[in-house]
Amino acid sequence: MTDWLTPAEWTVVALSLKVSATATLASLPFALLVALALARGRFPGRQLLNGMVHLPLILPPVVTGYLLLLTFSTQGPVGGFLERAFGLVFAFRWTGAALAAAIMAFPLMVRAIRLGIEAVDPKLEQAAATLGASRVWVFLTITLPLILPGILAGSILAFAKAMGEFGATITFVANIPGETQTLPTAIYAFLQVPGGEGSAWRLVILSIALAMTALLVSEWVATRVARRIRDA
Amino acid sequence: MTLSVNLKHRLPGFTLDVAFEAPPGVTALFGRSGAGKTTVVNAVAGLLRPDQGRVALQGRVLSDRATRTWIPPHKRRVGYVFQEGRLFPHLSVRQNLTYGARLAGRGNSGSFDQVADLLGLAPLLGRHPGALSGGEKQRVALGRALLSDPHLLLMDEPLAALDAPRKAEVLPYLERIRDSARIPILYVSHAMDEVARLANTVIVLEGGRVIRAGPATEVLSDPSTAPALGLRSAGAVLEGRVVAQHDDGLTEVAVSAGHLFLPRVVADIGAQLRIRIAAQDVILSRNRPEGLSALNILPATVSALHPGEGPGMMVQLQAGTDRLLARITRRSAQALDIAPGRSCFAVVKTVAVARADIGQRAEEKHDPQASPQG
Repeated sequence: MTDWLTPAEWTVVALSLKVSATATLASLPFALLVALALARGRFPGRQLLNGMVHLPLILPPVVTGYLLLLTFSTQGPVGGFLERAFGLVFAFRWTGAALAAAIMAFPLMVRAIRLGIEAVDPKLEQAAATLGASRVWVFLTITLPLILPGILAGSILAFAKAMGEFGATITFVANIPGETQTLPTAIYAFLQVPGGEGSAWRLVILSIALAMTALLVSEWVATRVARRIRDA
Repeated sequence: MTLSVNLKHRLPGFTLDVAFEAPPGVTALFGRSGAGKTTVVNAVAGLLRPDQGRVALQGRVLSDRATRTWIPPHKRRVGYVFQEGRLFPHLSVRQNLTYGARLAGRGNSGSFDQVADLLGLAPLLGRHPGALSGGEKQRVALGRALLSDPHLLLMDEPLAALDAPRKAEVLPYLERIRDSARIPILYVSHAMDEVARLANTVIVLEGGRVIRAGPATEVLSDPSTAPALGLRSAGAVLEGRVVAQHDDGLTEVAVSAGHLFLPRVVADIGAQLRIRIAAQDVILSRNRPEGLSALNILPATVSALHPGEGPGMMVQLQAGTDRLLARITRRSAQALDIAPGRSCFAVVKTVAVARADIGQRAEEKHDPQASPQG
């Protein structure tokens, strides 16, 4: 089963999955909050927040990576604090790769969830309130289940984006095998050494397979969840 | 329990200024679109904060601008049935029904079975709202509101989105709720037939103001209110009791002034009926007419007149203890010398009374003759 990939290549795949999964799961609560604020909130600075969330989508990834490096390196303002307070280090660690991936995927996730929230009819939430549901209960029992397709779509999209993230990752945490070397950076590295094409090709095919599977699964889940809701 | 409402609210191009009381039973808020009916109901439910005013339910203040009292919607114990049902699409019918019941701490299956039975919901419980017809959705919405154990029911045009057959399907259920619930029901409608069938009390809204309020039989038979209700839909409501079912498809109903023959009403002998007779379907005659095809001839006395702006006029009649409205031309009124105090005969064609104009009322509990209606 493991014959067709070398141990080094397996390490790359496992690390990529770990980084992407971590990035997706860790950013989900924040994405939900930001999407709620953007979809429902009426506060000054809403447009500013919207712009900041979307910035990584428009900035050159190398700029995002460099800014992350400045901010989260152990000499940086936030990185230094996190290391002293929690022993949490991002620079040149797999956690940093996850952070870079999360930041880059964040706008996609927020957009998908926000669309889901905007599709929920506030009249249903009003109806729930008249039936005795507090705001928190309305959110948990009505809003959240109804935006589940959006959350799923956003998560899969973010996961796929995280799997492919290159520029910000290599700038922020470099390309250290076993620590920060993900699929794209590994393919890049293999292409730089003579005789590396074989490994590169296998990883390329694997990337395509993973991306396709993620897309198909997301479509399948989203359709299943959305069917009941759309029919009503 | 009585609901008292006193509201002032300014909307763009429109000011609402109403005060009324709604006793137990159905109080209809009647008026054209834009009269402010939904605004009133939303303010009572707490979905809208009025600029000024006070809403109280039997001494419990729900909102009062003067004392800055504001009970949020979820603590008001107000069941709200919306025009579009607003069922939760991701929940089954059963889960929809128990949504409010759980929050009200009333998960007992006794009342659930009772309400499911009252509204005929048993065959729908496992389905999702997407698989229900419009009429079924509204029945589920009614059940959901009832099961939240409300102290007050609000219904905002619950039948307006339904076609005539679906409407006819749901109306009997509304009558059952009216007769079994012991709480005030505020019923918003712009359809006279619904109001005539359901309402105990009628409040007529026009341009954000109450122009008439009182018991349904009084308001609906008041000739001066008729123009506000719509001349074509104006008509009085009579109370009657089924006395015979005839083989030729007619139902004989005793009213205070005599007997009426109506197209078959599916009801047992002794069942209480409310019959709406449109003013334009009533013919007046000074003498008892003979050789006439119309079966229903009631002796009556003219009690009031209200000339309209056109060629017609509204005549209010006292027939036994009931009141009738007749819409005739001024020319006929003159020719027949119609004036208050004159006796005459009111003629109603049997087939003019539509099935939708006949409502049923559950028997009083103390009546030993009581028999449940199917």
